[in-house]
Amino acid sequence: MSILIDKTKRVLVQGITGREGMARARLMKGYGTDVVAGCTPGKGGQTVLNVPVYDTVEEAVDNTGQIDISTIFVPAPLVKNAALEALYAGIKLLVIVPDRVPIYDVLEIAAVAKETGGEFIGPNTLGLLSPGKAVLGMIGGSAASAKDWFKVGRCGVTSRSGGITSSIAYYLSRAGVGLSSIVHVGGDSVVGMPHPEVIKKYQADPETDAVVMFGEIGGSQEETVADLMEAGEITKPLIAYIGGRGAKSGTRFSHAGAIIEGGRGTYEGKVERLTAAGAHIVENFGDIPQVTKEVMATL
Amino acid sequence: MARLHEYQGKQLLADAGIKTPKHVVIRKPSELDAAIAEVGLPAVIKAQAWTTGRASIGAIAFADTAEEAREAVNHMLGLEVKGFPVTEVLFEEKLAIEREFYLGIIIDDANKCPRMIFSSVGGTGIEEIAREHPGKVAHALIDFRWGLRDFEARNAIRKTGVGGKLQVKLAGAAVKLYKVARKSEARSAEINPLVLLESGEIAAADCRVTVDDYAVFRHPELGIEIAREYGHPPTALDKIAYDVEKNDYRGTFYFIEMARGYKKGDKYLGFHGAGGGGSMMSMDALTKRGYMIANFCDTSGNPPASKVYRAAKIILAQPEIDGYFGSGSGVASQEQFHSARGLVKAFRELNLSVPAVIRLGGNMEDEAVRILTEYTKDLAAPVEGYKKDDSADFCAERMQKLLADFTAPAEKLRPRPKPAVNKPYTFKTITGSVTYDHDLCRTCESKVCIETCVPQILKLEDGLPVLAISEEEAAKGKCSECLACEIECAVSGAGGGYVDLPIAGYDEYVKENG
Repeated sequence: MSILIDKTKRVLVQGITGREGMARARLMKGYGTDVVAGCTPGKGGQTVLNVPVYDTVEEAVDNTGQIDISTIFVPAPLVKNAALEALYAGIKLLVIVPDRVPIYDVLEIAAVAKETGGEFIGPNTLGLLSPGKAVLGMIGGSAASAKDWFKVGRCGVTSRSGGITSSIAYYLSRAGVGLSSIVHVGGDSVVGMPHPEVIKKYQADPETDAVVMFGEIGGSQEETVADLMEAGEITKPLIAYIGGRGAKSGTRFSHAGAIIEGGRGTYEGKVERLTAAGAHIVENFGDIPQVTKEVMATL
Repeated sequence: MARLHEYQGKQLLADAGIKTPKHVVIRKPSELDAAIAEVGLPAVIKAQAWTTGRASIGAIAFADTAEEAREAVNHMLGLEVKGFPVTEVLFEEKLAIEREFYLGIIIDDANKCPRMIFSSVGGTGIEEIAREHPGKVAHALIDFRWGLRDFEARNAIRKTGVGGKLQVKLAGAAVKLYKVARKSEARSAEINPLVLLESGEIAAADCRVTVDDYAVFRHPELGIEIAREYGHPPTALDKIAYDVEKNDYRGTFYFIEMARGYKKGDKYLGFHGAGGGGSMMSMDALTKRGYMIANFCDTSGNPPASKVYRAAKIILAQPEIDGYFGSGSGVASQEQFHSARGLVKAFRELNLSVPAVIRLGGNMEDEAVRILTEYTKDLAAPVEGYKKDDSADFCAERMQKLLADFTAPAEKLRPRPKPAVNKPYTFKTITGSVTYDHDLCRTCESKVCIETCVPQILKLEDGLPVLAISEEEAAKGKCSECLACEIECAVSGAGGGYVDLPIAGYDEYVKENG
């Protein structure tokens, strides 16, 4: 199995007539994703890569049947509108690729998602991919390279850096560690599905045996993962690397941030919490495949 | 985050109905008398600088007399904070304070909503107070749909033991502060201290607002020059770079000067990353070997070659760097030959005179490394390209080796001038223009521009390359500025193609800064 995406999921591409949307629709279709419709307001009636384009998401659903996932490739200022449109049309999972989405727009998307029972990945995500099955977003860049780079297996990957998502997945595959799914949670501070939520899904997936997490300084996603491990909600082995060790301690721009985080957010703090919770911390990026292999060999 | 100065933040508070001290902003010592006449004495004088602990460097002073005020203002206008001069001083009425509180609105990442924080004790050291006396601090998660409501604020403040009329007044300030935060799309808006005056009124004695960078575009009223948090006011080069980014939405381009005043041989390198995580690791690989980072630069998210070209030119406008290091995650999804062409154009035009190591791993990496290395062979400085199976550490080692073996050219290399064109055929692109010299194109046998053009918008007419689409379409973005018509043409064609991609303010900057 895999998490979030496989061959059976029916996928919409919002912004399919644009430069990015079209290029990524080609990647997704080429890799095996079931792209059933596109949506660009004002451009209904066209077809792009043999995919019918509709003016509204609701119209796409009316004409093609239930849609499970929407991938969004519209300019950042228009993302909120596109996301709300998809959520209110009943789509339960959004992948919001664009960068620079205003944070209050993200908060509004989060509030509406809560109301409609939907979830979203991103914004500012490269997307996610289940090897041999399907891809959402732009991981791999082209179907040929995605097929070449990522091998099927039983290790899950979750990462806060887009480029690093692909590189960890590639280096693991090259070392013979196959992957169930790989997820880039998004690079912004507020994201729809942070590490803890993704790892819970790996926990529930019978075909994932272990998880590799690329964390970063700042925020509290990694500490929350440690909390869940200690609470027994995450029991599968976790191999973690925290980026940003050499960075000067982040510019602390407000007292409020320090009050909420209360010591969370630092490299040392994250490593300490995860170690105490039983995660395998890797200090050298290049050692990730070897450590993962060793951990998985003991299962 | 785009920070507002204290006086700007206070203006927002005042507009929302929160009392702020009477004030004047002073930019020259001669403006002091008028300030005293308007605000009166005693007064509080505060240098407007983005730093904490202003009191310890004499950046905050109290003045009872005009003489004391003059001394403080003169001192502050001569101050440098983190290497940048203080240009504005806030001169404001001294409040008769009875009690201090803390009030803040911040985006709560984990709960995906705004959050109000109130402390019944304010002033410096609020973080410690919160840690040591959690009972003095209260929080309220704010439902985005309704905003902060009066009763929610009162219920939170109640928990710190503050009741009665004071509670009502403080809650009023909290509701107003949320409105300020929401309206200006602030990531955080804080008043520390929020004060109770002897008169019984509530007032903001300080204010700190940071606006969401990504929302700055819809807030021209805030007058934010650069939507980004710098540890210092932006440098001239930062501003040139930001202009490039602002005017080209395709992909990300981020540039910030991290050091100034260094010289050749001080081991400062120009850094060109792609993606945050990979950049961090790549910079670590350099600093481990004793190098310093002159600038941070990131081009990612599938930027066009033209954007990478401009980024490279801006990096190379730092005349004292010893080398150029490019490295991202190592396995990029974006087609890396775009980056390669952008780099090649910049390196060739500027006659690169420092060694460069570029890690171009990822999609289309073979093509990318071929373009990068083949088309820079004739330059005075070595250029090496690497792929996804080469680690950032290995590339840093190569950089070290090249720098050790490299002897800089005796004479300063001049940038190459724009080519002279006999018979121009020109069309506009989204951020520049493409020109063919049809006299040269006539002699070209390969016509390589036609097949290598990524968006395939060229055709041959009488054996000469021309647009296959309308000029309008090309200018609106159908020409993706892939630079094939210049770079591929320079190597396998007759050299008739040239893409002009101006950078506003660049030539003037280089002239002034060597």
